[in-house]
Amino acid sequence: MSTVKPNYTRPLDIKHGRVDMSHGSGGRAMAQLITELFAAAFDNEYLAQGNDGALLPAAHGRLVMATDSHVVSPLFFVGGDIGCLSVHGTLNDLAVMGAKPLYLSASFILEEGFPLADLKRIVESMAQASREAGVPIVTGDTKVVEQGKGDGVFITTTGVGVVREGIHLSGDLARPGDKILLSGTIGDHGMAIMSQREGLSFSAPIVSDTAALHGLIAAMLDSGVQLRALRDPTRGGLATTLNEIAKQSGVGMMLHESAIAVNQPVEAACEFLGLDPLYVANEGKLIAICAAEDAPRLLQVMRAHPLAAQASIIGEVVQDAHGFVQMTTKLGGRRVVDWLAGEQLPRIC
Amino acid sequence: MKYIDEFRDGELAKNISANIAREAQPHGPARSPLLNPLPQAGEEAIESLREISSGRTYRLMEFCGGHTHAISRYGLVDLLPANVRMIHGPGCPVCVLPIGRVDQAIRLAREQGVILCTYADTVRVPASDNLSLMRAKANGADVRMIYSTQDALKVARENPQREVVFLAIGFETTTPPTAVAVKQAEAAGLKNFSILCDHVLTPAAMHAILSVEGGVALDGFVGPAHVSTVIGSKPYEPFADDYGKPVVIAGFEPLDVMQAILMLVRQINEGRAAVENEFTRAVTREGNLKAQELVAEVFELRDMFEWRGLGSVPNSALKLRPRFAAFDAELKFNVPYVAVPDNKACECAAILRGQKRPQECKIFGTVCTPENPVGSCMVSSEGACAAHYSYGRFRESV
Repeated sequence: MSTVKPNYTRPLDIKHGRVDMSHGSGGRAMAQLITELFAAAFDNEYLAQGNDGALLPAAHGRLVMATDSHVVSPLFFVGGDIGCLSVHGTLNDLAVMGAKPLYLSASFILEEGFPLADLKRIVESMAQASREAGVPIVTGDTKVVEQGKGDGVFITTTGVGVVREGIHLSGDLARPGDKILLSGTIGDHGMAIMSQREGLSFSAPIVSDTAALHGLIAAMLDSGVQLRALRDPTRGGLATTLNEIAKQSGVGMMLHESAIAVNQPVEAACEFLGLDPLYVANEGKLIAICAAEDAPRLLQVMRAHPLAAQASIIGEVVQDAHGFVQMTTKLGGRRVVDWLAGEQLPRIC
Repeated sequence: MKYIDEFRDGELAKNISANIAREAQPHGPARSPLLNPLPQAGEEAIESLREISSGRTYRLMEFCGGHTHAISRYGLVDLLPANVRMIHGPGCPVCVLPIGRVDQAIRLAREQGVILCTYADTVRVPASDNLSLMRAKANGADVRMIYSTQDALKVARENPQREVVFLAIGFETTTPPTAVAVKQAEAAGLKNFSILCDHVLTPAAMHAILSVEGGVALDGFVGPAHVSTVIGSKPYEPFADDYGKPVVIAGFEPLDVMQAILMLVRQINEGRAAVENEFTRAVTREGNLKAQELVAEVFELRDMFEWRGLGSVPNSALKLRPRFAAFDAELKFNVPYVAVPDNKACECAAILRGQKRPQECKIFGTVCTPENPVGSCMVSSEGACAAHYSYGRFRESV
């Protein structure tokens, strides 16, 4: 009679357990974490291959690849968490290139002591975001760092997508006369994070706008409108993104403050902290640049999509040797909307 | 936003703008240059003479950075006729903080190992050795950005084994909260908390601007908003009575500023110089007496204080009274103040007095930019140079 006992591993104690150094050591504990948490949540045929990398079928079209690291604090915020954010961020980077996103990878740096229950919430949120987007997470990696050397969890995602023939979007294609369109309100993500960090509460909480934009972008591309450039105004906000395009294209821009929508709680929080919503991060908005004659139709297509119901034409591309992004203010004056100098810091007075 | 949008109404702004344009007289009686000597030379003087010969100009200084910010952010210059010129004053707390004072804070954090708590935009102020509090932090110093003095007290309570120093800067607006914190620390017996006191006084700075030999190129002041809620309108009366300069206290919203400019234009046209109050919804003649008492209980005048851009100004800053010596970081730690001269090419002093415009400084926009500020006016977005760099440069190319 064999005395070898059947393989049995006690399941992870998700409820009370914490990440420890063994979860990154390459041994059984790590294998268990991957099987019970990551593989179970992300479940797809490529991940199930169980090899060091995912073997993917041949893709048709030009490939686009993008990567994004996520280090948000707090990890959970109104409207999302670091998990879905890390999926949306990379999907959007692919989508604004005009690509159809195909696959994602996810790499985790976990801090020793991080609660497994929180990790499970994050992983499930990623899995849900990836399912909703129809883009599987096909490969991944996990490392554990000692307590004090990380901030709970850092997630890096990389994505691959394909661009079909005839589509060429680039920040250097803006031309004087073009219109600038924005898909909705600005500042929602950044102020959701910041108000939570500073313990500001409003009667209506500020909800992060984190969302995957490839569906909206597909509809815009299918409309037949010749798009010049798409960008998602994340870090640095609308102002920074427009300055980037102006620099790349060697043009100026004239925006109209009254056309740029800001949700009221966001406006109030910005007012309170002395910040300018033009420089606050968004995670579910896009800027589109197209020829003036195409703008009305593009606006119509955008507004028909739930993620851009509040889309508007916010300004024009103009000729300007200095590359200034300017804005006509609600008061009837003009100002430069400059690059952000350093970090946006609250004013004292 | 209720109670705020009302003061940002574009239609009302147009009305006030039209009134200013009508009442500011481009072809009015020319003033004699002798009555208003112009100390500057070169192009600027020629331009000033041209302005005078073609009629009356109105050179108005908004003292506060908050006003500078409103003027820049809303593009108010476009709503003013060419002969009404706004000059950005020194009322930006981080801008007037001299290098030596920032050096003190950095030394406290680096050499004495304290936790240094500071209001946010102070961290970028350039100091000696190419440092700033932000760079010192990157080099390992424990610098923490806070929103209120209460946060600093909290840090002190949570770190009983560490010394916690609050870099107390600002005009009369931020002084009362510092006084509250010191009294709370005293009541709670918080022995690891102290302040590096750099609080400064608005009227003293206005005296310093006006008392320049030969006069200044200023016709009136848009008076402070938040500062005046504390000190009231009374302390500005000498500027109207003794220097003959009208002062209109205004709120920080764009319509407040526009209305104050109109009121100043009217006073100048009528040959009057009085202290008027546009900001009646928050400012009285006497101010906040309770706050004034509290400040007087905790602080006393410094004989002399060095301002960036204005130089040493007598009776222009505060220090803790001897009773609160235990909370005075300058007494508690060995960090004597060492004055550091400003960059020689920097024109901040002339810009703060309205004698030069930012773009007339040689290093503006080249060596000195918001990313690498050299002079005080480039440090905060409220500073004259930074405001012009970030919001107004396009006007130069027109």
